Amino acid sequence: MKEYKNTGSKDTRSGFGAGLTELGKTNENVVALCADLTGSLKMDEFKANHPERFFQVGIAEANMIGMAAGMTIGGKIPFTGTFANFSTGRVYDQIRQSVAYSGKNVKICASHAGVTLGEDGATHQILEDLGLMKMLPGMTVINTCDYNQTKAATLAIAEHDGPVYLRFGRPKVANFTPEDQKFEIGKAVKLYEGTDVTIIATGHLVWEAIQAAVELNEKGISAEVIDIHTIKPLDEEAIIESAKKTGCVVTAEEHNFLGGLGESVARTLALNHPTPQELVATQDTFGESGTPAQLMDKYGLNAAAIIKASEKVLKRK
Amino acid sequence: MPDINELQDFATQVRRDILRQVHKVNSGHPGGSLGCTEFFTALYQVVMDHNNDFNMDGKEEDLFFLSNGHISPVYYSVLARSGYFPVDELNTFRLIDSRLQGHPTTHEGLPGVRIASGSLGQGMSVALGSAQTKKLNNDDHIVYSLHGDGELQEGQNWEAIMYAAGNGIDNIISTIDLNGQQIDGSTETVLPLGNLKAKFEAFGWDVLEIEDGNDLQQVIDGLNDAKTRTGKGKPVCVLMNTVMGNGVDFMMHTHAWHGKAPNDEQLETGLAQNPETLGDY
Repeated sequence: MKEYKNTGSKDTRSGFGAGLTELGKTNENVVALCADLTGSLKMDEFKANHPERFFQVGIAEANMIGMAAGMTIGGKIPFTGTFANFSTGRVYDQIRQSVAYSGKNVKICASHAGVTLGEDGATHQILEDLGLMKMLPGMTVINTCDYNQTKAATLAIAEHDGPVYLRFGRPKVANFTPEDQKFEIGKAVKLYEGTDVTIIATGHLVWEAIQAAVELNEKGISAEVIDIHTIKPLDEEAIIESAKKTGCVVTAEEHNFLGGLGESVARTLALNHPTPQELVATQDTFGESGTPAQLMDKYGLNAAAIIKASEKVLKRK
Repeated sequence: MPDINELQDFATQVRRDILRQVHKVNSGHPGGSLGCTEFFTALYQVVMDHNNDFNMDGKEEDLFFLSNGHISPVYYSVLARSGYFPVDELNTFRLIDSRLQGHPTTHEGLPGVRIASGSLGQGMSVALGSAQTKKLNNDDHIVYSLHGDGELQEGQNWEAIMYAAGNGIDNIISTIDLNGQQIDGSTETVLPLGNLKAKFEAFGWDVLEIEDGNDLQQVIDGLNDAKTRTGKGKPVCVLMNTVMGNGVDFMMHTHAWHGKAPNDEQLETGLAQNPETLGDY
């Protein structure tokens, strides 16, 4: 079984910062806007290198989204940065009308998504953002799993013409995808070939899915692991093909089971190849204060939960 | 530049277009549209340096953003009669498969429109963004925007107003249509706006007033004055007093015609008060 090596724990938001820094040097049309969270979003270097292309808007997210929409008129590619909660729910109507419906080339970059934001608690831990954003016509929705993938995604979305929601997180997590990867929007990445069960994971749950697959293998269960970094457009072909092979599916995400990756996969399978599925996700609940590890455990968002779900779905085949 | 009589004829024809658009589909917003007829006429026929050959990026030309999108009938009429799209297309206002949606949008590709609006309070931010891009592109053209007075109750405006002054965005002219009316009644009874001049000035804007925003010459002079105030470190606000429903006597001085179309008889009365000038579509 292939070993995925953690080359050194890093936060995904730093991958975004590194990607933005590189874009600053390679694409003069890239501009960045931030709502008083420059350090948290790791936008400091871009700001230092290109002060004329960095816009501090203050604690005013609605204005930030509207300004970003306006900045596209004349050819700029705006990247907005704030927490996922303030990037989506707080400004949903601004995104809906001024960005999505208006077809503007805005990149909404959102850190501190999900419960791994930790101690700040539920006011800041959005678990509904993927659902909110994937429902907007024309919106591309990406949830990356580690530093390298987040950096690659940041570079890729600058080349994509259209609105994008890029979701990443706060804590240091395993960095295991290739440093020089080419990020293809809408293309699933198969991490393990397997025959008994398909595990489809996104974001921080991808590393947990790898750990689960290794443990399942020791128990004699062959798990196929798919990293879905793009929630929309979803790589339906990869999902259907794998479900046909294994006959059962587990989805895993740091998000409510309503509106997230699990529902998108369920819809795809129901329409094309009905397959038993279990959803590793939060169960229509808010988060709370705690360490990221404690919260992932309490809300059933780790390798142990994926293993349990895999064993359950295998019995439903 | 057309002379003042030609401009008056243009405005009269626009008023006819407004009435006929909303009458045909028995829906739409004639009141605010009529009140801003002189503003749009002045902007597109005199004040703005704009290309009728529409390009979304709008480089090296003045841009306009309509924030209070419900007054689409006046916007569509003036865009069409300024050459952005065929005047006959006004026949399709609010109909299925039309580019002339109830509220303006880029979604159907209507030339002249650069942002969707209708959900209120978003236009100033968009205008600021485009003004910022003009500065980055070393494009010294001006960005204009129009906002309803009631619309200023939306908090996003004040985020934008604070940003613009705090960052010296001095290539924007935001006009506020002070007609004192909104859907539920007068702004005074719904939610008083207070002293808007003092508010904008306190935020750091350069504010000028147009006493009668339905006097074409006053609007032209006011906007030209506003133009001379750009490039001096401050955003420019024009407080423009208008009468909702202006030019159609029974629609004036009331919020009743905010979002209501005239019936056949009322249309005839309104059209009789605004005789055909440039030719109906």
